[in-house]
Parts: sequence; C-alpha cells; structure tokens
Amino acid sequence: MPDRARSPREARHTAELTIPDLSLVVLIGASGSGKSTFARQHFLPTEVLSSDVCRALVSDDENALEATGDAFDVLHYVAGKRLARGKLTVVDATSVKREDRKPLVELARRHHMLPVAIVLNMPERVCQDRNRERPDRSFGPHVVRNHTQQLRKSLGSLKKEGFRTIHVLSSPEEVAAATIVREPLWNNRTAEHGPFDIIGDVHGCADELEELLAVLGYQAAGMAAPGTLWSTPLYRHPEGRKAIFLGDLGDRGPRILDTFRIVRAMVEDGALCIPGNHDIKLLRKLRGRDVQITHGLDTTLAEIESLPAQGRDAFARDLADFIDGLVSHYVLDSGNLVVAHAGLKQEMHGRGSGAVREFALYGETTGETDEFGLPVRYNWAAEYRGKAQVVYGHTPVAEPEWLNRTINIDTGCVFGGSLSALRYPEREVVSVPARSTYYEPARPFIPEEGAPALSAQQTFDDVLALEDVAGKRFVETRLHRTVTVREENATAALEVMSRFAVDPKWLVYLPPTMSPSETSTLPDLLEHPREAFAYYQREGVPRVICEEKHMGSRAVIVLCRDEKASRERFGMQGEGIGMAYTRTGRPFFDPAMQAAFLERAAAAAERAGLWDSLETDWIVLDTEIMPWSAKAQDLLKRQYAPVGAAGRTALGEAVTLLERAADRGLDTSEIRARMERRRETVAAYTDAYGRYCWPVISLDDLRVAPFHILATAGGVHIDRDHLWHLDLAAALHDADEQLFMATRHVVVDLTDAASMESGSAWWQGLTESGGEGMVVKPLDFVVKGKKGLVQPALKCRGREYLRIIYGPEYTFPEHLERLRRRGVGAKRSLAAREFALGIEGLERFIHREPLRRVHECAFAVLALESEPVDPRL
Amino acid sequence: MLLTISTTYRPATDLGFLLHKNPANVQSFNLPFGTAHVFYPEASDERCTVALLLDIDPIQLVRGKGAGNEGFSLQQYVNDRPYVASSFLSVALVHVFGTALGGRSAAREELAATPIPLEARITVLPARGGEPLLRRLFEPLGYTVSVQRHPLDERFPEWGESRYYDVQLGGTVRLQELLTHLYVLIPVLDDEKHYWVDESEIEKLLRRGQEWLSGHPERSLIVDRYLARQRSLIRQALLRLSEEAAAEDDREEEHEREEEAVEDRISLHDQRHGAVLAALRAAGARSVLDLGTGEGRLLSGLLADRSFERITGMDVSYRSLERASRRLKLDRLPPMQRKRIDLIHGSLTYRDRRLEGYDAATVVEVIEHLDPARLRAFERAVFEFARPGTVLITTPNVEYNAVWKSLPAGLMRHRDHRFEWTREQFQTWAHSTADRFGYTVRFLPIGPEHEELGPPTQMGVFVRA
Repeated sequence: MPDRARSPREARHTAELTIPDLSLVVLIGASGSGKSTFARQHFLPTEVLSSDVCRALVSDDENALEATGDAFDVLHYVAGKRLARGKLTVVDATSVKREDRKPLVELARRHHMLPVAIVLNMPERVCQDRNRERPDRSFGPHVVRNHTQQLRKSLGSLKKEGFRTIHVLSSPEEVAAATIVREPLWNNRTAEHGPFDIIGDVHGCADELEELLAVLGYQAAGMAAPGTLWSTPLYRHPEGRKAIFLGDLGDRGPRILDTFRIVRAMVEDGALCIPGNHDIKLLRKLRGRDVQITHGLDTTLAEIESLPAQGRDAFARDLADFIDGLVSHYVLDSGNLVVAHAGLKQEMHGRGSGAVREFALYGETTGETDEFGLPVRYNWAAEYRGKAQVVYGHTPVAEPEWLNRTINIDTGCVFGGSLSALRYPEREVVSVPARSTYYEPARPFIPEEGAPALSAQQTFDDVLALEDVAGKRFVETRLHRTVTVREENATAALEVMSRFAVDPKWLVYLPPTMSPSETSTLPDLLEHPREAFAYYQREGVPRVICEEKHMGSRAVIVLCRDEKASRERFGMQGEGIGMAYTRTGRPFFDPAMQAAFLERAAAAAERAGLWDSLETDWIVLDTEIMPWSAKAQDLLKRQYAPVGAAGRTALGEAVTLLERAADRGLDTSEIRARMERRRETVAAYTDAYGRYCWPVISLDDLRVAPFHILATAGGVHIDRDHLWHLDLAAALHDADEQLFMATRHVVVDLTDAASMESGSAWWQGLTESGGEGMVVKPLDFVVKGKKGLVQPALKCRGREYLRIIYGPEYTFPEHLERLRRRGVGAKRSLAAREFALGIEGLERFIHREPLRRVHECAFAVLALESEPVDPRL
Repeated sequence: MLLTISTTYRPATDLGFLLHKNPANVQSFNLPFGTAHVFYPEASDERCTVALLLDIDPIQLVRGKGAGNEGFSLQQYVNDRPYVASSFLSVALVHVFGTALGGRSAAREELAATPIPLEARITVLPARGGEPLLRRLFEPLGYTVSVQRHPLDERFPEWGESRYYDVQLGGTVRLQELLTHLYVLIPVLDDEKHYWVDESEIEKLLRRGQEWLSGHPERSLIVDRYLARQRSLIRQALLRLSEEAAAEDDREEEHEREEEAVEDRISLHDQRHGAVLAALRAAGARSVLDLGTGEGRLLSGLLADRSFERITGMDVSYRSLERASRRLKLDRLPPMQRKRIDLIHGSLTYRDRRLEGYDAATVVEVIEHLDPARLRAFERAVFEFARPGTVLITTPNVEYNAVWKSLPAGLMRHRDHRFEWTREQFQTWAHSTADRFGYTVRFLPIGPEHEELGPPTQMGVFVRA
C-alpha cells in the first residue's frame, strides 16, 4: 500500500538510488568500506551522524571503543530530534549486525520515517587495504573479516528487519557510479492549493452525492468508461475546483457501486480520494482474505454479486486496484491542509509508516468499549496543536464543528443524517439531507433535545493548557514580526492572570502601552505637540488626529446585545452580556455595578442603532472610564495623596521655622524662598490629581469615553480611520449623554504649518484648562513605515498633569534639565509589539481560532507589560 | 525632612556647644542625596531649638546611584521621601551631628554625659504600626510621647488619615541617647530603607543600639524592620506589572498572620493538616500533589512520612515557592529525600500535564481564593485532566465565623478570599462536581464543632469511582 515513495525493491547495479525524502538512511558496511566518503558525497554534512564523531564528542577519541555506548546514546538522541522534525538523517556506523540496526529501525518507526538501507558490500580486500593506509585504524585484520561476514549474513534479512528501501552496492565502481535521488512521499501534495471541495463519508448514498455535487457546482461532462460496467457520468467543476473524498465510499447505502464509479472516474480526472476503513476491509475481501462480513460489507458484496457474471471478476479486480492505489492521507496547500479518513495527529502529517496509515484509517481508540459495544475513541483533536487544518470523517456527528483547527464532516448520511462537504479555503460547510435512513446506527449520533448549547470548541476552551502560555514563547503576529515573550515575564503574567484576570473567554484583547512624543526642547516643558507632529512627518504620514486624552482608567468593554450573543460568540452561559476589564485584565467593576453598567451600555448601543448599522450582536470597545479615583482609589490613597500631605505639612512647617529664625536676625531668605516655591509646587500637584477625583456612589457618577470600536461580527475595524471610530463613539454619547462621553478632537494636516500651529494651540488650551493632554494618531488605524509599524499613537501630556508623573517639583529648572534625558526607544518598541499582539488576538478571535490562540496574545501583552521600561513614559 | 530638638536646660544655648553648631549661624551641608540646613528658630537662655532641614533631591532618588534596587518602580518618582523623616534623616544625623551622636563635646564634655531636659519634634514621621507602635517604641526609653496624625487630603475626607504623624518626644536624657534613638527608630517606624541592606547594616545597628536595644521590649521588631528583606528578579517583574499585586504580596505574610489570628489559634491550622495527612494515609496515597502549596507547610508534614514517595507542591506565586524552598531547606536535603519532593510554578485555572498521574491531590484552603467564575476551569483542571485518585479540598465554613468575636460580622477571614461557603453551599458544589467527573465525595469536619454552626473548616474527600 503505497504510502512510501516506491514499493520495496532491491536495486542492484543501478546508478540511480531512489530514497524517500522522509527517511532514516542506514549505511551498512565494514570498516574501510567507504561509508563516510559516500555520505560526504551524497548528503549534507548536517544530515550525517557518524558514530566516530559521536565517540569523539563524548571522549575526545573517535576510536575509543569503551565510549561506544555513550556515543550511540548521543547518536540516537540527535537522530531522534532530527526525525521528529521530519529531517532526512543518515547514520554512518558499521551497522553490520542485526542488533545494531534494530534500534535504528525502531527509531525511524517511532517518528514515522522510512528506514532505508544502503549497503556497501565491498570485497574484504578493499577494506583491508584502505584501513592499512589509515594510521588511526590500528585494529587487526580479523575485525574487517568479522564485519564482512556479518554483513553478508544480514543481506537476506534486511527486508524482514523492516527496511523499506534497500540498495546494495557491491564494488568500488558501483559506489562511484551511484547517485541519490530523493523522492517526495505520495501523500505530499503541498504544491496543490485548491480550491477544494472535501466530501465526507458517502457509504453508497449516490443520490445524495450527485445532489451535493450539483449544489457545489459540479456538472456532468459526458460519460466515463461508456459501455463497460464502470460507465458513469463524469462530474467536473467548471471553475476547476478539485473534489477530495474522505473515504468510506461503500457499504450500507443503496447505490454503492455507483458511488465507486463516480468517484473512480473523478479520481482519474484529477480528483483525490483517500481510503476509509470500510474500503480497506472490502479490498481485503476482494483480495481473497478472510474477513467478517459485518458493518454493511454484505450490502457491497451483494451489489457485486448482482453484476452480470460477464465482467464481474474483472470489475472486482479493478475495484480492488482502485482502492489499493489510494494514499491514506494527503498534505495539501503548503502544509496548511491535511485530509485523512479518521483524522491525523500533527506528528504524523506527511509521514509514512504503518502506524500513520492505521491512524488515518481507524483513528486512535482507548481500548475500552462504550455501552453500545463500540470502541471508545481517543479524542486526538482535543490535543491537536498543529498549524494545518485537518479535515476528516469516520465517526458520524450531528453538525460539523471546528475544534483546534480540525473538523469532522461525516454527518452520517447513510444513517439518515446528511452528506456534507467543506469548501476550502472558504471553510464553508455545504450539506444535503439524506433521503432516507438507509442503515440504523449502532449508536445514536443526533443529540437529543436540550443538548449543550456551547460548541465543541467552546466547551473545550473552558479550560486552557498551561503549556500554551508558560515559559519562553514566540507569538507570530500579522502586523509585526514574531514577538518574543521571556520566561520570567510569562511567570509574572501567569500569577496575575490566574489570580486576578477575568475568564479568558472575555479577554480577547489587552490594550497596548503608549509612548509619549520625544522630549520637547522648549523651556519649562517636557512634552509638546511639535515633536509628535515631527515624528509622524518623518514617517511620511500626511494627516493626524489629535484626540483629547481622558484621565481615568483604561477599560476594555466586551458588550453583547443579549445573553444569546454572549453564549454563541463568547461561550458564556448565564454570565451576563459582557465584561468590562482593566488594562491588566481585571474586572473593572464589582458584579452588581458591572451588570447595571452593561445593561445601560447595551441599551445605549440599541438606541444608537449600533447593532443594526454594524450588523453585529457584540462589540469590543476600547475606552477610558472616569473618574480616575474610581479605579485608582488605592493608588491615590497609598501614593498620591500621602506625597501631597507630607509635602504640604513639612514644607509649611519648614517655612514657619525659617521665618522664626529670620525674626532672630538670621539670613534664611534664600532657603526660605526655595521652600516656599517647593510648597507651591506641592499645592499645584495636589490640584493636578484632585481634578481627576470625585466620589462614585452609583453608575450616574461614571463617565465612559469610548475611542476605538475594536471589533464586531464584521471584523477587526483597523481598516477604518479614527474619524469613523469617533463618530460611532459620538453616537453612543448621543444615545446616553450621561454615561458616554464624546472625545473632542481635531485633524491636523502635517503638510500645513498653520494647521500644526492650531493643533498645538488646541493642546495648549486643553492642558491649561486642566486636561491631561492629547493623543496624536495617524488618521489611519494602522500605518506601516520604513522600519515596520509606525506608532499607532503618541501621547502629549500637559505641564501640570506631568506633576503626577514626575513628582511635584519636576518643573524646577535644575530638575527639568535632567529629566529631559529620557529615551523613548524601548517604550516605542514595546508599544508596537503590544499593539500588534492586541490586534492579532482580535483577528484570531474573528477567525474563530481556538481560544488558546487568542489567549496567547492577551497573555503575551500582559507578560510584556512586566518588561522593565521607564513607566513615566 | 524636618527635625527639631529643643532644650530648657540653662543656658539653653549650650545646645549649640553640644551639637557643634553655632546658634548664630545658618549652616548648610552637602550630602549624597541633597543638602542639609541647620539653623536655630529660637535661641535664648531659657529655650533653644535647633532645626535640621533636609532638601532631598527628588530626581537623584530616581536617577542617581543606589536608586536602582527596585528598577523603575512608580513609587520612586511620586515619592514621599523628600518630605518625610526617614533613613535619610538618620544619615544626615551622622553627617551633621556626628560628634554629638558619638557622645563627645569638646567644649561641654560633662554636659554631654549628663541627662538634660530635651524635646524632639518630627513634623512628618511615617509610622507603620501607628500611634500604638510609636508609643511602644519610645515610651520604654523614658519619653513622654505626644502624637498627632495628618489627614490624607482635606478635600477628600472619605480617604481618611495618612500614615504620617507629627510626633513630639520629651524626656530627660543625654543628647547622645536622644540622637541614637532617633537614628535607629525613625527608619524602623518608616520601614522603607533607602539604601541596600547588607551585612554592614547589622554592624551599624549593633553599634548604635548596644546600650539600650537588648533591654527593649520591641527589640525583635526593631531588628526585623531595620534589616529589610531582599527582593528577587521575579518579584521586580511582578512589581512593575502590578503595584497592587506586589503590595498584596508584601502584605501576604501579614494577612496569613491575620487569618491565623482570626482563626484564633495555630491549632486549627495543625488540625487541618493532621486531618489531611490522615485522609491521605487512609487513601494509601504514595504520590501527592499539593495544589496552592503556599509556603509549603503541608509539604513538611508529607516529607516526614516516608510512605509518601513522590511529593509535589504547586503554587501560582513564585515568591511563595521561593519561601517554601527556603522553609523546606530544599538545597540542603539529603539526596534521597530531595528526590521525593518537587516544587513547581503553575496555576489552578490552566490544565497542566505535569499534574497527571498522582494518587492524591490536596487543595487546602485554596478554592476560596479563586473568583467564583473561575471555579469551572479549576474543576476541569483538577478532576478532568489531572484526575488524581483522591482529591482533598478544605475551605472555611462561613457559618462558624460568628463564633469568632474578633471578626466583624460580614467580613471574611482573609482579604483575598473571594467567597466563603456554608456547609450546604460547599456540599452542593462538591456533589455536583463529583457527579460530573465520576468521583464520589464524603465530608469531614475539621476543628471544634459548634452545635449549630458546625466546624470552622470543612473538608471534602473526593474519590475517583
């Protein structure tokens, strides 16, 4: 059965040695037979593992026989790592004894790679001569003699030992003439990119198959094999789509042979088909093996029996040949798609071994049986972590459902379910209902009423795996490059995530940090819009939007229209219609306030017509919630207010004492003046934080300013400019003026000096009236520049506000001078990585990827937040 | 930043001789962290007052040498250090009044050795432990203590009081004694050292405290606080991530003590562990997983019994694991014992292959630290994925809280408890969890049982069917 490149064969006297490209090549030959030279000529240096080299690695002496055991441990270990990665590996050791080859065959099998033997069966004299020329080979001639004898004894049994390809080279001339040809495995169709229509288990339901083909757009293009027992219409897609059948074509249904005729004709026309366990059992029967006539095999045999005796045997032979020619799984579309009848674990994709074939045909069972007497299946899909989407059938399910990028599309047509196809890459399921229940299932597969409302993926996602977040991690993002998370940061994030964060199902996004503009050179100021404008000018951005920066606490709000939406989209059952959480993923409100808040927000969204205009029943908002004191109460009481209290009191007392000393005639004027100025700055500081504090007794005391409509059912809205986002935010404000704030903003043309001037003036006005400052963003949500992502936003904070950041007295010239020395590079790098991660998480959510893939991004943002970056920026 | 010392000894202006600072001058001294000014607001025969005023450079605190211990922590730039009495003041005392601190005086040698009426006033003294501790520290040394607490912010009375006190001390003591007491006790009250604690700190404390510390009733607190704890890299990362989490972490040990205090006696703790060990032995468990092991107190019990062959403690707090490792002296265990025990960092809300294959898991006083919404993940992680033969879960019985007078009604036993259950609530949850995952469950009371309110702790023993 042809999962290997070629059927086993012995090639003698051929110059061209063909080997599968996924193989473990064992060179067999006596000392001095020329294995290392051969290996050097035909393989990459890194592909060859030499026992001599390994001996030297562990003992500094490549001839140290006592080190042989350790040397082979190393060799087997490295070979195992290579084979696990699907790397062709060549073992350069004598391997003349069966017991030396046995672990290598086992190693290849364990990694589903094909064991290949290349035997250098040189005349003993040649080896002896060569060894004599090498000063380091001091052993006696009996060694080579023994080798040669053992080798000759082995020649006959290599096939039995499990070698699937055996090449024997018997003279130096043959060795010199040999070339190696690597052949891909038959399951390797990575160069085919579709589009495909993948069709589940047909089981002889040819009526439904023809109907499904029609629905998929296939048309009869004449007759195939007319006038023979194989005569059938040939179905073909006018746009060249390719059909892939997942096997189990026969048994149980009413038109089994028609099904085989249709599929065989299509396969000969370029379609793909993999075998199912039923097909293989039929093959064994047709080849004359003794099999039990159960599970509907009788129906197939009966159809064959009813064929006219004339040509029946030939038909059966053709049928057997057809099945025999099927490859048990395919890897398609650059490795992004795998099809196998019963599914396939990641480590088996594209590999060839008996175990791979067994798995593809039968799946994995636990060894137990259920109450219906059927084997209990091991849920390999739950463990699946691969990149490729795996489409399979075998076990009937009520509805095809994605789980960890796998999908079972056997919807039990023959049992009265339906026949389904998956359109790829569209990921769209097309089904036609069964016209009848042709066969009673041993185990009901249509769930009873009141079945769980969550999808398989959602149920599975209820608990995530530690291995998906812990340790050093690399997260691929579509906006940026791969983001690295260091282990100690992941460790810190795990604690915060576990102890404080909301359910990961809500946590689809964490907001990125934001860098300030470069430090201003203007006297008396650290930040000014000029530098923000200059940054975007440098990056070639024509227009920016300046948004008022709200001084509250960042909140991400996940809001659903109703509980139905929160169940269907977020997999939450009876846990409200959303969640508001902080930038570190903690619940923003206590449960009672949260429920009231979400209800009111949903009502506002309803009045604003957001659900209908965005055609969605859920939304993720990026917002700031005021007052600052609502969430930062602890921080204010622990840190901000104490500094004010201490400064006010101590400096007041100092001034008093200095005045009394002055009354005594001492000159304290200079010190006193300084202390008075310091006292004033502390007063300004307490004023600065005081503006952002007011008591929150009820929802009416809160103000919510949304500024990004991050995602809805329609997608991640990074293709919309910021005016679109602010317009929708304003609509929420119009719908509930008390709860929602609109964000004041101006658009600045960076090619127009007057426009920039007025932008700066606008900032001046905002900050002088107590505002925190503003955020400058390119008008477009995402901008790529010369060196990758342009900062999605820069903040530009006001002079008074910065007292909260740099301390009350930062405006003293001697302090300010030193504070100007700050670098924004690290902060910007962090901001870009976190932005890319945040958007990546949302995109993965939108594409309905498994939660672990979404969570990975949010977790990474949290972990990055523990990197040491100057937090004043 | 401000300390005054007054005397009514006559002539009071002798204070200037004792301090080697002329009352007629305003003097300034450069210090590593800023400037110290010394001046006399009053100087008559009847009464003389010296003021030590520090002008601490706030930028230097963040950017200068020696500031880097905590990396970038938010506490460093909006910082009370420039305004309060802290270890900076102690350092200034050494620099500015070093001679007096040494008990010497060239011009008034005898007076320096004589107790005289002295007053000290510290305008803004941070005091962790508040007025009671202030009194416990200074009164045994013979001072009358008068204390006034400063509010946080008059505009927001609901925020309450600050941790700053205006403290006046009065007594008849030698000036050297007063200075020495201030030198040691100001940083002790503040409890936040500004420079790295190392071995030389111990020596300094012994030198300044040799005469009076050994007899002081609070000496162990003084020593503990004076020698502040070191902090690991992980902890710094945590601190940058969440000030709040780090602060909680700091208070953790305190909380543990509080919970123990509420729960009245250590014996409940022991009883709990005794009951858990008994249940493990009854189950014949040889491999045991302690989930949420904290500082590993249960682990020492397990380690002492050789029938437990494989012991693993898991916690989500890296810092707790470090403490557990120290407690258990893991690095000094003999190899055969060391092989039996492992500590791993992990979480109860993620499934984890490392937790598979144990005979038993213990979850002692842990579930009440999980948000109710995360219990579902915990249930699956433990009962569906780790799937030990036996699971022991203990949690407070909230009904019993009424027995403890020290616990105000409606409050939970620990600040981080997200819920505390009645017996019925726990049993309902336990039964439904056991049913769902194919376990049976029985319940055991732990601690003295109250007739109506039941035991203080309840335990569920889950056994895989």
